[in-house]
Amino acid sequence: MLVDQYSPFEGKMLQILDKDGNVLDESLVPQIPDEDLVKLMKTMLYTRTADRKALMYQRQGRMLTYAPNEGQEACQVGSAYALAKKDWMAPAFRELGAWLQRGVDLKTIFLYWYGNEMGSKVADDIRILPVSIPISSQCLHAVGLAMAARKRGLDEVSIAYFGDGGTSEGDFHEALNLAGVYKAATVFFCQNNQWSISVPKHFQTASETFAQKAYAYGFKGIKVDGNDILAVYVATKEAVERGRKGEGPTLIEGYTYRLGPHTTSDDPTRYREEQEVDEWREKDPIKRFRIYLERRGLWSDEMEKQFVQEADEEVERAFKEVEQSGNTQFDDIFKYQYEKMTPLLEEQYAEYKAFFQERGML
Amino acid sequence: MPVLNNVQAVNYALMQEMERDPSVVVFGEDAGYEGGVFRATVDLQEKFGVERCFDTPISESGIVGAAVGMAINGLKPVVELQFCGFTYPAFNQIISHVSRMRNRSRGRFTLPMVIRFPSGGGIRALEHHSESPEVLFAHIPGLKIVMPSTPYDTKGLLTAAIRDPDPVIFMEPKRIYRAFKQEVPEEDYVIEIGKANVVKEGEDLTIVTWGAMVKDTLKAVEEANKKGIFPEVIDLRTIAPLDREAIIQSVKKTGRILVVQEAVKSFGVASEIIALVNEKAFLHLEAPPARVAAPDIIVPLPRGEQYYMPNPDMIYEKILEVVNFLT
Ligand SMILES: Cc1ncc(C[n+]2csc(CCOP(=O)(O)OP(=O)(O)O)c2C)c(N)n1
Ligand SMILES: [Mg+2]
Repeated sequence: MLVDQYSPFEGKMLQILDKDGNVLDESLVPQIPDEDLVKLMKTMLYTRTADRKALMYQRQGRMLTYAPNEGQEACQVGSAYALAKKDWMAPAFRELGAWLQRGVDLKTIFLYWYGNEMGSKVADDIRILPVSIPISSQCLHAVGLAMAARKRGLDEVSIAYFGDGGTSEGDFHEALNLAGVYKAATVFFCQNNQWSISVPKHFQTASETFAQKAYAYGFKGIKVDGNDILAVYVATKEAVERGRKGEGPTLIEGYTYRLGPHTTSDDPTRYREEQEVDEWREKDPIKRFRIYLERRGLWSDEMEKQFVQEADEEVERAFKEVEQSGNTQFDDIFKYQYEKMTPLLEEQYAEYKAFFQERGML
Repeated sequence: MPVLNNVQAVNYALMQEMERDPSVVVFGEDAGYEGGVFRATVDLQEKFGVERCFDTPISESGIVGAAVGMAINGLKPVVELQFCGFTYPAFNQIISHVSRMRNRSRGRFTLPMVIRFPSGGGIRALEHHSESPEVLFAHIPGLKIVMPSTPYDTKGLLTAAIRDPDPVIFMEPKRIYRAFKQEVPEEDYVIEIGKANVVKEGEDLTIVTWGAMVKDTLKAVEEANKKGIFPEVIDLRTIAPLDREAIIQSVKKTGRILVVQEAVKSFGVASEIIALVNEKAFLHLEAPPARVAAPDIIVPLPRGEQYYMPNPDMIYEKILEVVNFLT
């Protein structure tokens, strides 16, 4: 098993493609149909296109605070690709690629970042919880999802996403502990992007790796090159399969980097060197996968150009739709507090509605 | 005299107190090297070193819990929690220990510490960045809760909070962090915790408010003045302990009370103030006490926030309603 071969205590990190797209170990290359390989590439490119455009819309004052994903596409897309449709995902807030890989409409995702709760109402057949802003709180939900599946005799697995900084919260530790005790079928996916806003990862933990933390809770952890989509996929796949067989949780540390700012409110030049960013640009997850696919005859400049142009237009369309119809409906801020509005809410609803109607605001 | 905005006044107070008292330490998420996401602790690490101003892991319970130990062992921690909505992971420490240590140990252990954080809505932010949780703290015996509304008050109140022998929750209305500037004296001064400030005298109605709503209230009052209505405006400055004297005295004069709060309406600080007025000045009332507050719903994301935040127009309407009661 990979989790045994790549012990974080021996300083090992699972890597299949190096930064130049060379295969380091043929025996590790997963059996992925060509068609899917191309789709994975497209999803990463689509993620990046949407991400960059979101950033641009924000700069133009058309989008609110946004948390960019650039550089972390392989972590997100590769791990989500390892899930079955029936599996559950409990995201933090920087997992655009995983949302897209699982089939969520970009319009819905944009609607959330546009500042409308309707963007957290994902289609009924997609098992993703809403964005969780309080760091690592969602890890516990993932454990509960898996525990419920087991008790109901279902073989569903859950995945929780969180960052390097997320491992400092109590909720993270409680989640790992619970998962260990109950052997919950949960994959804990840590996107170690080296930074928590302005704080570097060595201020978050004195541990050598994040992966090794699993061992204290009685299960295994593995560190993978988070910019290598193949490595991310095989590690997650193994963790999901073990969970499905009743072998309990796994912690995966995706070693990656946030190339952009923390959010649009952040200025990373205040706390990190441009040189560090440049070094990580060399390790770009899309770049290496592109080379790999080209060598396999599955991808070309031509295909990329065409796809990116289409993606660009599609993203633009999605955002424009959001701009046109994305304002919060007044009724909605009252309607979803309870199954049924309480008498007090009914009264306040009527009072506020009248107030805004009188002023032509509704 | 330095001319500062609210967040600069926070920084100024911290700077002066750290200079004056070597036991003051400042820490929090991004509060060290970067100087805080709102720049409230900027330059402190450079000036006083990493032992006195430092970054922490993302660990609110850890930050507050460790501050308890530090306060017991000779330091005066002034911790920053990044946003109002991220105080919640620290609630166990705040309720179970911060508020109780003095009483539990019968005075043997005391906690001269400050927990400060940006509070309130209106900055078009993500979820949990717009809450007004003052009443959650005010309901806990053993805590003092302070919320300034001007740079001058910010410095005087934060200085008082740091020097206070008991734990103080210091809430900074982020909507007005940079809204305006004011002269802030360099010399040492404190504003007494527990004392309200009459920011505008008047005789027709008493309006009690605090934090960012002071500015909105004054806007509404300006409109009311044009109609010949002259409310008295009290800025609480301290929410707990409440300056009961100031409120009662004013209501006895005006015969009317309106409380303006940014938080949701039910079970709030306004409710407490109105109960107090009913208990202590009932026979002076000429109209039912009134509240302007947010509806009892979860703070909407920004595209719905305009329907949620109390605004000057609502306050103005309420002023007319209270003043014109039965006329
Ligand atoms: C409980 C809590 N505390 C603080 C914050 C503010 N905050 C938002 S993101 C962030 C840093 C997160 O770092 P990490 O977990 O590494 O994730 P990344 O942003 O790098 O994806 C902080 C401190 C929060 N959202 N929730
Ligand atoms: Mg991080």
